[in-house]
Amino acid sequence: MLYREAGDFKTSYAADEQTFPIRFDRNAFYVLVAVAFLLVPFVINNYWSNAVLLPFLIWSIAAIGLNILTGYCGQVSLGTGGFMAVGAFGAFKLMTAFPDLNIVFVVVLAGFITALVGMAFGLPSLRIKGFYLAVATLASQFFLVWLFNKVPWFMNNSATGHINAPVRTVFGQAVTGAAATPAAKYLFCLAILVALALVAKNLTRGRIGRSWMAIRDMDIAAEIIGVSPLRAKISAFAVSSFFIGVAGALYFTVYFGAVEVTDAFGIRVSFLVLFMVIIGGLGSILGSFLGAGFMVLLPILLKNVMVGGLGWPTDLAAHVELLVVGLLIMVFLIVEPHGLAQLWRLTKEKLRLWPFPH
Amino acid sequence: MRLTRTAALALATALTAGPALADLNFPSLSYRTGPYASGGVPFADGYADYFTLLNERDGGIGGEKAVVTECETAYDTTRGVECYEQLRGGQPLVLQPMSTGITYQLIPRMTEDKLPLLTVGYGRTSAADGATFPWVFNFPATYWDGASVAIKYLLDESGGSLEGKKIALVYHNSAYGKEPIRTLEKLSEKYGFTLTTIPVDSPGQEQKSQWLQIRRERPDFVLMWGWGVMNSVAVSEAASIGFPMDHFIGIWWSGAEPDVLPAGAGADGYKALAFTGVGDHYKFYDDLRQYVTDAGKGAGDGSSVGTVQYNRGIFAAMLAAESAKKAQALAGHANITPEEMRDGMEALSLDAAALEALGMTGFSPEIAVTCQNHRSAGKGMMTQWNAAEKKWVVLTDFIEPDNDVIWPLVEEDAAAFRAESGTVQRECPAG
Repeated sequence: MLYREAGDFKTSYAADEQTFPIRFDRNAFYVLVAVAFLLVPFVINNYWSNAVLLPFLIWSIAAIGLNILTGYCGQVSLGTGGFMAVGAFGAFKLMTAFPDLNIVFVVVLAGFITALVGMAFGLPSLRIKGFYLAVATLASQFFLVWLFNKVPWFMNNSATGHINAPVRTVFGQAVTGAAATPAAKYLFCLAILVALALVAKNLTRGRIGRSWMAIRDMDIAAEIIGVSPLRAKISAFAVSSFFIGVAGALYFTVYFGAVEVTDAFGIRVSFLVLFMVIIGGLGSILGSFLGAGFMVLLPILLKNVMVGGLGWPTDLAAHVELLVVGLLIMVFLIVEPHGLAQLWRLTKEKLRLWPFPH
Repeated sequence: MRLTRTAALALATALTAGPALADLNFPSLSYRTGPYASGGVPFADGYADYFTLLNERDGGIGGEKAVVTECETAYDTTRGVECYEQLRGGQPLVLQPMSTGITYQLIPRMTEDKLPLLTVGYGRTSAADGATFPWVFNFPATYWDGASVAIKYLLDESGGSLEGKKIALVYHNSAYGKEPIRTLEKLSEKYGFTLTTIPVDSPGQEQKSQWLQIRRERPDFVLMWGWGVMNSVAVSEAASIGFPMDHFIGIWWSGAEPDVLPAGAGADGYKALAFTGVGDHYKFYDDLRQYVTDAGKGAGDGSSVGTVQYNRGIFAAMLAAESAKKAQALAGHANITPEEMRDGMEALSLDAAALEALGMTGFSPEIAVTCQNHRSAGKGMMTQWNAAEKKWVVLTDFIEPDNDVIWPLVEEDAAAFRAESGTVQRECPAG
């Protein structure tokens, strides 16, 4: 009753093929986007922007990127941290080499650079699969971090290995640097996230996305019916790396402003994004958001409840937080192996029938 | 949906709760969990205990209670940023993040927000140039001072010349560990020793290959810039390859009890720099015992009292408290703001008489901060581990670093920062 698709008639192909074919979904999406763009920027403060929403938005982009590769195309990757580092260092080199280049182009170009690197590291996927591919991408993680740490050119000869993002503006508003307002940073990341999420959603519904899914479900059968594994796999690596590179560029320029490669883009990051994708739901754009929210926002929420709300000692709270998050991950994976997105799907089924379950 | 709503509600309540604005707010960015907790716990305990002492004995600072709220960073930059965003609303008088990575995040943010940042013996060395970094302080010493003091000590040990000697630097492969390299390179040109740099990736539990390299190359001396578990592993590895421990010198963050105890008798003779005294025989400890630890008001379980990192926590808190006193004297009222606190830090001067009054003679170096120089004198002393008695022994007096090598490097790096960030030096009164 609450959620229904009955009576939602389409009279044209365009209406039938739109991104959200069900009216309820569509309206919910419009409301959400309107709130995110029109309401949140006016109520947001520094804490909400810099500590809560920015990481959520940026990790969502990374999670969508990895979901394209792992969830849609079935290629397990542990190189996310390395690819984010490519995006960050690409953005840094572009910003310092071309001071007049607009930050939007810097971020997009950093994404393209990462896409090229990702394609190169995706080549082994044509020969190896599964765990072996995971190990190959793990090698890329360690190689890229080592490279950015070792070669001084990438960090403009910084003595400590820290790279710093100069101040850049969009429409006269600073979006990087400490002086940027919380709303400007938030809107900048949100706009990029919404654009990229729509691209991802539509890619996965189209020919390319279907070729990825064909490869994922059974690569030999896909090849027999005419899907080129080379094109499907390399395009998945390219698109996925583009997203991850954009996430890395934003992570460095907007969120942190200064990063050091071993600290910010270590193997931890690769696992974090992989967990987001698995917990959120493989092969689901919504799942990427849910997974990013779970992994980024839940620890902050727990900390604030335990330390700020209940007044517990900080070390006890930190340990309990690890316990609770770990336990929830296990519970979710046992109760719902298909992730949070599947929970939402089941909820929708229930809501369709409610209040008449038979 | 309900979950998110509860979440938002809980977050909102958590954010509105903060310390009362009338008190002096000294938040502590501590790390009692994670791979670096062995150093983080005693430091945080010492920091909190010293403010407890002031509150119990003197009724606060200038009549105002000092409040220490802790925020757990786990030595993680993301959490450090989150903590900062949470704490900045409460107008903290000074923040001490105890992490070089977090320091680099906080320098632009706190400069923008006009809040003072104090990094005691860590952080960005070129912040010593107070004209470029008005809100950042790194007294009493920086990593470059540490490198210089260590080399000076080795010069003395080797009869005044390091010509042709081989010195290896084992360092934490992060901003922190890379800090001394530039200074050591300059010093190697000056004194004619060869420098080998050997990185150890964080957290540093695996160092077999690094110590194999040391065994092969047989350097005369090994310096170490390590932190957390990396220290104890390095000391154990050095002992197991039979490296002469008295030729192995750690920076002050590599010279605490948890670093040497695991290696047992093998660690005997290992040396480390220090900028605070070791042990619990200083005069201020009488009051600390009476008012805090024996009264059951200590922040920890008491086991760390008198250890190296605990003393550092005490020292860091003392610097903050003395700066606040100075700021109160300058401002003429007790309830100071962060901006007045900054002026107090810049005017901080602790001479022998002041240290005597604090009961800290020999515990703390003399401090004199000026507008140009935010690092004071940069002196450090050498300590050595006595494994039989399980305690650190002070070997030297406070040694002065090679200022004619370090200060040009500081100015060079500060100039690079100004060019990069587009800031200018402010005017400092001459003198």
